[in-house]
Amino acid sequence: MTARQHDSSVYEEIQAGEQFQELKRRFRAWAFPMTAAFLGWYLLYVVLSGWARDFMGTKVLGNINVALIFGLLQFVSTFGIAWAYSRFAEKKLDPLADEIRHQAEGKTE
Amino acid sequence: MSHQTLSTILFLLFVAGTLGITFWASRNTKDATDFYAGGRSFSGVQNGLAIGGDYMSAASFLGIAGIIALSGYDGFLYSIGFLVAWLVALLLVAELMRNSGKFTMADVLAFRMSPRPVRTAAGVSTITVSIFYLLAQMVGAGALVGLLLGVTSPAGKALTIVGVGVLMIVYVVVGGMKGTTWVQIVKAVLLMSGATLVTLLVLGHYGFNLSGLLGDAATQSGKGDAFLNAGLKYGTEAQGIAGKIDLISLGLALVLGTAGLPHILIRFYTVPTAREARKSVLWGIGIIGVFYLLTLVLGFGAAALVGGDAIVAQDKAGNTAAPMLAEAVGKAIFGDVGGTILLAVIAAVAFATILAVVAGLTLASSSSFAHDLYAHVFKRGNVTDKEEVLVARISAFVIGAVAIGLGILAQGQNVAFLVALAFAVAASGNLPAILYSLFWKRFNTAGAVSAIYGGLVSALVLVVFSPVVSGSATALFPDANFAWFPLSNPGIVSIPLGFLAGFVGARLSKEYSAGKYAEIEVRSLTGIGAEQATSHQPVGGVQRQPGTDPELEPSTD
Repeated sequence: MTARQHDSSVYEEIQAGEQFQELKRRFRAWAFPMTAAFLGWYLLYVVLSGWARDFMGTKVLGNINVALIFGLLQFVSTFGIAWAYSRFAEKKLDPLADEIRHQAEGKTE
Repeated sequence: MSHQTLSTILFLLFVAGTLGITFWASRNTKDATDFYAGGRSFSGVQNGLAIGGDYMSAASFLGIAGIIALSGYDGFLYSIGFLVAWLVALLLVAELMRNSGKFTMADVLAFRMSPRPVRTAAGVSTITVSIFYLLAQMVGAGALVGLLLGVTSPAGKALTIVGVGVLMIVYVVVGGMKGTTWVQIVKAVLLMSGATLVTLLVLGHYGFNLSGLLGDAATQSGKGDAFLNAGLKYGTEAQGIAGKIDLISLGLALVLGTAGLPHILIRFYTVPTAREARKSVLWGIGIIGVFYLLTLVLGFGAAALVGGDAIVAQDKAGNTAAPMLAEAVGKAIFGDVGGTILLAVIAAVAFATILAVVAGLTLASSSSFAHDLYAHVFKRGNVTDKEEVLVARISAFVIGAVAIGLGILAQGQNVAFLVALAFAVAASGNLPAILYSLFWKRFNTAGAVSAIYGGLVSALVLVVFSPVVSGSATALFPDANFAWFPLSNPGIVSIPLGFLAGFVGARLSKEYSAGKYAEIEVRSLTGIGAEQATSHQPVGGVQRQPGTDPELEPSTD
C-alpha cells in the first residue's frame, strides 16, 4: 500500500474539501437509493413467486404468462440500471474524481 | 466415431490450447502483481469475459438448464438471482475495491484496521467459501464424466477428478492470474457460442415461436401450466410457509452473495483502473444476462424435445439435460451424425466450464493464503515478492491436492447444497465486512472480525442443523436426524446476523481513526494512490496511450 507513506492529514484535507464532498454526495445519492430500489424490485418478484402464483400464472400472450414477463423484466431492469449507472458515472463522477486527483497529485509532489 | 471419442478429442484440444496459453502467460509472470492480478493489464472487455467465465459454473450451465427441464419456471427464478446480484457488485463494490485494494478481499478490509486479526478472518472465510464451491464442482465433474463419457466405475471417476485437479493446479501454479484469466476468456467464448448455437437450433425448430416452445414443454412435462409458473421445486405448496420463506432465503443469498465471493472480487484487480473495472462488470452483466436467457430456452427446449422421463433416467438432478437436448435437436435437424457432433461439442464445453471455474477458485484461495495468512499474519509483512509468490504456488498445489482428495471421498454424495452455502457465507460474512469498511466511518477491527466470523459461523451452523444435512431423504446423511432449523438456505437469518454482528462489534470497540477513514474514502472514490498496472508489456492487454488516461500516469507516491 504505497499511499501509507502519505501523511493521512493530506487525505483529511481532501476529504473536507467541497469538491470531494460533492463527489461523495453525488455517488451516494445515486447508488444507495438505486440499490434499495433494485433489491426491493427483486424481492417483490420473489415474494410474488411464492405467494401470488395465481396472478403470476395469468396468461398474457399465448403461453407467455405474467411470471415469465416479470422474470424478463428483471433482466431488462438489470441491464437498464447497469447502463444508466455507467452513463451517470462517466458524466457526473469521473470528471470530478479526475479533478480532485490531479489537484492532489500536484500537492504531494 | 462415437460422441465419447469426439468429446474427448475436443476436450483435449481445449486442454492443449489453454495449457499453451498458460505457459506463454507464465513467461510474463514475474512478480506478485503478475501472479495475483495478471499485472493489472487486462482490458475491461477481456476481464468482462473472464468474469463470465469465472461465474458461469457447471452448476449454472448444466444445473439451471436441468432444473428448468425438470421443474420448469423455478430454474429461471434461480438464474435471475445470479444476475441481479451483479448490480451490487457494479454499484457498490467493483470500482471502490479496485481503487483501494491490492490483491485480495482482505486488502480492503485491513486498510484501516489492525491487519492481523482482520486478515486472519478474511483468509479463513475466503478459503472456506472457495473450498465449498470447489468441492461441489469437483464432485460434479466426476458425475458428469460418468454420464457423458460413459465412465461408470468408481476408479474411472476418481481418475477423472484427479485429471481435472492436476490440470487446475497446472493452470494456477504455472500461469497465475494471467494464465487463469485466459482460460476463463477461452471458456466463456466457447460456452457462449455453444449455448447460442443450441438455442438458435431449438428456436428454429419452433419457428422462433417462444409461446409454442413453452406450450410444448408444459405438455411434455405432464404438469401443464404449473410448469410455467413458480412452485414446482422451491417453496412448493406441500412445503407450506417454510418452503416459501426458504425461497426468499435462497433469493437473498444469491443476490447478496456474488459481491462477496472471493474468486469474483479478485477479478477487479486485473484491470489497470477503476473505470476498466466498471467496464468489465458491465460486460460481465451483458454476457451473464444473455447466457441465462439462453439457458431458459435450453431448459424448456430439453423439457419439450427430450422429455423429463428420459432426462431423469440419465441423471436424477437433470444435469445432463443440456447435452441431451443438443443431441436431440441436432438429430432432428441434421440427422444422427449432427446429433452426435452437437452432443460431443456441448459435453466438451461442459468440461471446459468445470475446469475454468475450479482454476479460478484455486487461485482465489491460494492468493488469500499466501498474501493474507502467510505474508501478513505469519510473517507480519516481512517477506519478499518472490517468496510470497512461491508460497502462493505451493498453496495452490496443496489446496488442489486437498480438493482432489475431498472430491474423491465425496463422490456420489449430494453436495449440490455447497454452492448455495458458499453464496450464503459470502453474503453473511464477507459482504457486510466489505460494505461497512467502504461506507461506515465508525467501522473498526472488532466490527470486521465479528461480521466475518458471525456471518460464517451462523451460516455454517444453520446448514449443519438443516434438512440438507440430516433428517430428509435427500440429505447428506439421510439416515440421521439432528435437524432443527427448518430452512435449507440459511441466508434469511445469517445475513442479518452478519450485518448485526458487524454493527455491534464495531460499536463495542472504541477503536477509530478519522485519518484512516479519510484515506480509504478519498482513495476509493477518486483513485488517488490506486495500485498501478505493471510497466512491462501487457498480455494482449489495454492499449496505453500516455497522457490520455490520467489514471495511468505514474503515481506520485
